[in-house]
Amino acid sequence: MHIPIATPRPTSSQARLLLRCFGYLRPHWKLTAGAYLTMLVIDAFNMLNPQLLRWTIDKGILAGDFRLLGLASLALLGLVILKGVLTYFQGRWTETASQNVAYDLRNELQRKITLLSFSFHDQAQAGDLLSRAIQDVERIRFLTGRATFRVAEGVVMMLATAAVMIVMNPRLALLAVLAIPLLAYQSIRFGRVFRPLSRLIQEQLAALTTRVEQNLRGARVVKTFAQEEQEIRRFEDENQRWFELASTSARLQAVHMPLLQWIANISSVGILLYGGMLVINGQLTIGELVAFTTYMGQLVSPVRYLGMILPAIAMAAASAERIFDILDRAPEVREQPGARPLEICEGRVRFENVSFAYGQNRVLREISFEAQPNQVVALLGPNGSGKTSIVNLIPRFYDPTEGRICIDGTDIREVTLASLRGQIGMVLQETTLFEASIRENISFGRPDASEEEIIAAARAAQAHDFIVQSANGYDTAVGERGVTLSGGQKQRLAIARALLTDPRILILDDATSSVDSETEHRIQLALERVMQGRTTFVIAHRLSTVQRADLILVLEKGRIAARGQHAELLKSSPLYASICQQQLKGQGRN
Amino acid sequence: MGFGIGVSNPGMGPRGALDSFSGGEEDRRGAVFNKRVVTRMLAYLRPYRRQMTLAVLTMLVITALTLLTPYLLKLAIDQAITHGDREELIRLSVYTALAYTALYGATAVQQYLLSWVGQRVLANLRSELFAHLQKLSLGYHDTHIVGVTVSRVMNDVAAINELLSQGVITLAGDVLVLAGIMAIMLSMSSYLALLAFTVLPLMVLATWWFSSRARGAFRRTRTSVARVVGDLAEDISGVRVIQAFGQENTSQERFNQVNEANRDANISAMNLSFIFLPAIEFLGVLATVIVLWFGGQAVAREAVTLGTLVAFLSYVTRFFQPVQELSRMVTTLQSAMAGGEQVLRLLDTPPEVQDRPGAVELTLDGAPRIDFEAVDFRYRPGLPIVLSGLDLSILPGQTVALVGATGAGKSSIANLIARFYEVERGAVKINGVDVRDVTQTSLRRQIGLVPQDAFLFSGSIADNIRYGRPDATDAEVEQAARLANAHEFISARPEGYQTLVQEGAANLSVGQRQLVCIARAILTDPRILILDEATSNVDSLTEALIQDALRALFQGRTSVVIAHRLSTIRNADLICVVEGGRVVEQGRHAELLARGGAYAALYQRQFGGGGQPEAGHS
Ligand SMILES: Nc1ncnc2c1ncn2[C@@H]1O[C@H](COP(=O)(O)OP(=O)(O)OP(=O)(O)O)[C@@H](O)[C@H]1O
Ligand SMILES: Nc1ncnc2c1ncn2[C@@H]1O[C@H](COP(=O)(O)OP(=O)(O)OP(=O)(O)O)[C@@H](O)[C@H]1O
Ligand SMILES: [Mg+2]
Ligand SMILES: [Mg+2]
Repeated sequence: MHIPIATPRPTSSQARLLLRCFGYLRPHWKLTAGAYLTMLVIDAFNMLNPQLLRWTIDKGILAGDFRLLGLASLALLGLVILKGVLTYFQGRWTETASQNVAYDLRNELQRKITLLSFSFHDQAQAGDLLSRAIQDVERIRFLTGRATFRVAEGVVMMLATAAVMIVMNPRLALLAVLAIPLLAYQSIRFGRVFRPLSRLIQEQLAALTTRVEQNLRGARVVKTFAQEEQEIRRFEDENQRWFELASTSARLQAVHMPLLQWIANISSVGILLYGGMLVINGQLTIGELVAFTTYMGQLVSPVRYLGMILPAIAMAAASAERIFDILDRAPEVREQPGARPLEICEGRVRFENVSFAYGQNRVLREISFEAQPNQVVALLGPNGSGKTSIVNLIPRFYDPTEGRICIDGTDIREVTLASLRGQIGMVLQETTLFEASIRENISFGRPDASEEEIIAAARAAQAHDFIVQSANGYDTAVGERGVTLSGGQKQRLAIARALLTDPRILILDDATSSVDSETEHRIQLALERVMQGRTTFVIAHRLSTVQRADLILVLEKGRIAARGQHAELLKSSPLYASICQQQLKGQGRN
Repeated sequence: MGFGIGVSNPGMGPRGALDSFSGGEEDRRGAVFNKRVVTRMLAYLRPYRRQMTLAVLTMLVITALTLLTPYLLKLAIDQAITHGDREELIRLSVYTALAYTALYGATAVQQYLLSWVGQRVLANLRSELFAHLQKLSLGYHDTHIVGVTVSRVMNDVAAINELLSQGVITLAGDVLVLAGIMAIMLSMSSYLALLAFTVLPLMVLATWWFSSRARGAFRRTRTSVARVVGDLAEDISGVRVIQAFGQENTSQERFNQVNEANRDANISAMNLSFIFLPAIEFLGVLATVIVLWFGGQAVAREAVTLGTLVAFLSYVTRFFQPVQELSRMVTTLQSAMAGGEQVLRLLDTPPEVQDRPGAVELTLDGAPRIDFEAVDFRYRPGLPIVLSGLDLSILPGQTVALVGATGAGKSSIANLIARFYEVERGAVKINGVDVRDVTQTSLRRQIGLVPQDAFLFSGSIADNIRYGRPDATDAEVEQAARLANAHEFISARPEGYQTLVQEGAANLSVGQRQLVCIARAILTDPRILILDEATSNVDSLTEALIQDALRALFQGRTSVVIAHRLSTIRNADLICVVEGGRVVEQGRHAELLARGGAYAALYQRQFGGGGQPEAGHS
């Protein structure tokens, strides 16, 4: 069997993957067991029905016994009602169990995704994660639900029929059963080729999802550059590739699945031939042969299902690989066993010889400084000098590659993440809001905050005025990522959100870059009030934001090039002096 | 297999603030069978008429062969075995084997054709949706959650696939078989046949009942899965905030809810079919019983022979097999229809901003003039007015700075020049031509806009810079990067311009992203350059360098610069102070300072106010 596309090697055995999927049925074992037991009863009914019908004809109609005919008719109806009820529950239970598997898997994936560290998300693609959580989980759901159920049903039917056949005529039965290893071989061979292909298809589907997702997120850029045609072309390329993979898989399935049926059919011809010879030789009655071929028909019909289900199983295995790949990841930033909650008394933050690299990319070298309790520490420096990287280490979004960071003398790696992050309020450089009301966005870090507290935070961030002017005040909906707000409005909501958590350590990463200086000034005045009793880190490019800090760290290429207060730095640091000069030029020119 | 994942109660979405337009498409209980949806969906099969015809032919072959093989078997028993004719037996066996082999061939061909057409249609539909999404205006994107739209393109489309490929053929085949069997039954005994058909009205009733309920249930599965995707997509894009605020648990609870709603929607949709299918089976048996009861008496009256009755009974059973298949199809149909509706709804959403019929290409030889004439603007009906009676004239070649409080409407002005939204009243004109009279593409090709949020695509840095001009050479890319002062940091990376920008540009510092965005805009060599807070996160030294570079670049272009840092706009020919959606003050830097109005106040705040550094005038 030849596939014109390089396929990745499966990393773990199909059986192990599938078994692990079925493990998710364990909490719902009662439903599952119930469904399978009901299936046995239904099968028994199915066997009974034709007998009842024959009996009615023989005893009722032929004998002209209408009372019996009536009874039998009622019995038939009763039986079908009973069976209907059972079928209902069987379907419902299977469906419920498998929907729960999907539910559990999705929850688990979402939990894992929110727990994985920044370093994971730096690399991950949202479209890919989405397609794992939706389409791949869907395949597992199908596997743990109807797919397996059909296989089980088929196997039960086959076993029962095979048993009857063996009792009737062991020699002929042997001939019939001979087909089974052949079927098994063919199925396994198919699975081996099909699984890597399914994996490719799933990956391509993920690539498509990513394309759509990125395109929608960047809609403004696409329009700005009038690149719609180009985007369509790119999508078509991926789409075409998906189509080619999908039609390869269609071809594979079309060639191999009906083959199963063919094997079964041919072996029934074998029985006819051999059995016919036996009859001619007088070793078998013709009635027996007829009965036998009928059973043979029953034996092969589940094979048809198998042909439909096997690809689904192979696909599920490929999907399982992709799902467990996420679930098995450990967050890079982890709590140590026995981590204690952090108690911040003073709020002294100390960097000791901290170096840090994103993978191979070393961005911080031997950073040492100490922020005294209640101090304002400002970080200033050119783009990419490592300011954001430094403050990202404080809430342990990443761990330093060397050195350590202590808060009040405790290494932050020894405390629980929740207690650490709970006491740090952060305004990230890139503002992310959620599709929710303004109120919900501000109270994001403290969902139980009272109305007064929310308003107070909004006032401090100079957001209250614009909020009450918007369409529905605090209930105004904010588009996804805050798209329906202006840049400065977003940032002010982010500041309010951080202030509301009343943190001991406040980190403002370029938090007012899109705010006009008048508003910024008012925010600063408000902050000065709330900064009391906290240690604050401020990153800014505007001098007006920075100059009143107790400690200014001037960063250059990942090192602290100079430190001190405004006045000292003007003299001691040429870099700082030139930044000052640059910003004040506007004034000099008039 | 379908991707019918479901979802949640409309209107109950935890992040439901934008529910009305975020995919919570409502659960109106529509017609049982939406003919419009089905016809339009079937139209997608039209280009593949040949394949479908071939599939129908193979279906006939398959039906014939399926009928032939039992007949051969019968022959083998009746003629060969009973007569002890070995040769005949061998011959017939060979025939049967050949028939089975032919059956295999036909099945394989049919399966391949059907899946091929199915996947092809699926791919076409996705392309069509994607292309349509490119036409939709920013107004659509503002109000629709990315994840929900993704789900339309990826999941809802897949739900239709099953119906279009396998479905149509199964439907055709079953109806054919059904008609055949009905004819046979009628010819055998019209009395018994009519008796058996008495259950048909009941079946129609049951199907109607099921379909009308299933409609809403399946629609709910579609909207609820869209919510799952939407919520998860938001969690992923906001994961840094979630972790910074330690809200992993709340976000999990929230996701739990949509996830649960989806699960329940799916279960209840399937639940209906678990009632429906056994009901159909019951009606089948009811028909058997009716035939048995009346037929039995007819046999007793000798109106019908026993043989006919027995044969008839087997036909009744066979009659209800395709009926069962068909009723299973009803489920697929409902699910596909729910998906189809969502897809069509998206396809039918008209872009708010459209090219007027007869719109011309905008061609500019030199720097154009831009005029705002009494422009009123709001983002959507019902929202507060953003610009009111805005008048603004920008002369050819001028560099105009827009300053003003946040939320004053500066970015909105930029949005209107590029016609991302439509004005409510008044007009925006370029060289005296209303932007509504030219095509959007030609308009935007003349504009280089650096938006306030620095969005980059995942891909290499070089690809990002040449985004607006895919055919730019490496040298041109580097030239643009140098002008934007991005070259230095890019070349410091081991892979240089081939460095991959990760999603959300996570591996670039925010200032670096802005530099790349500036390079991207410069490379298109636009006649109109709009910098909306393009350097807000850029350090002042780099900014000064960029400005020096831009000064040369502003030659021969009309430029609009929006900035809060006043040092950014010191070179402007005209400074406009925007306040409350109109220009309240304009003039040159010195004039405005002298006037002592809004600008002077702003300026005072930034350079004069409390924190004036001692070195101020050095
Ligand atoms: N997730 C990441 N993976 C790899 N490299 C990164 C990542 N984040 C940042 N970098 C690189 O690390 C360096 C420091 O980045 P950082 O974000 O700390 O800069 P910054 O000082 O905050 O700059 P800016 O003023 O532009 O915000 C930059 O060169 C940047 O490209
Ligand atoms: N896409 C949108 N949908 C609805 N309202 C919007 C949208 N974009 C902006 N607004 C609103 O329009 C008003 C003007 O916003 P605009 O972005 O033009 O302000 P701006 O002057 O650029 O402010 P900033 O300096 O903060 O960027 C604001 O009140 C904002 O909330
Ligand atoms: Mg930064
Ligand atoms: Mg703006």
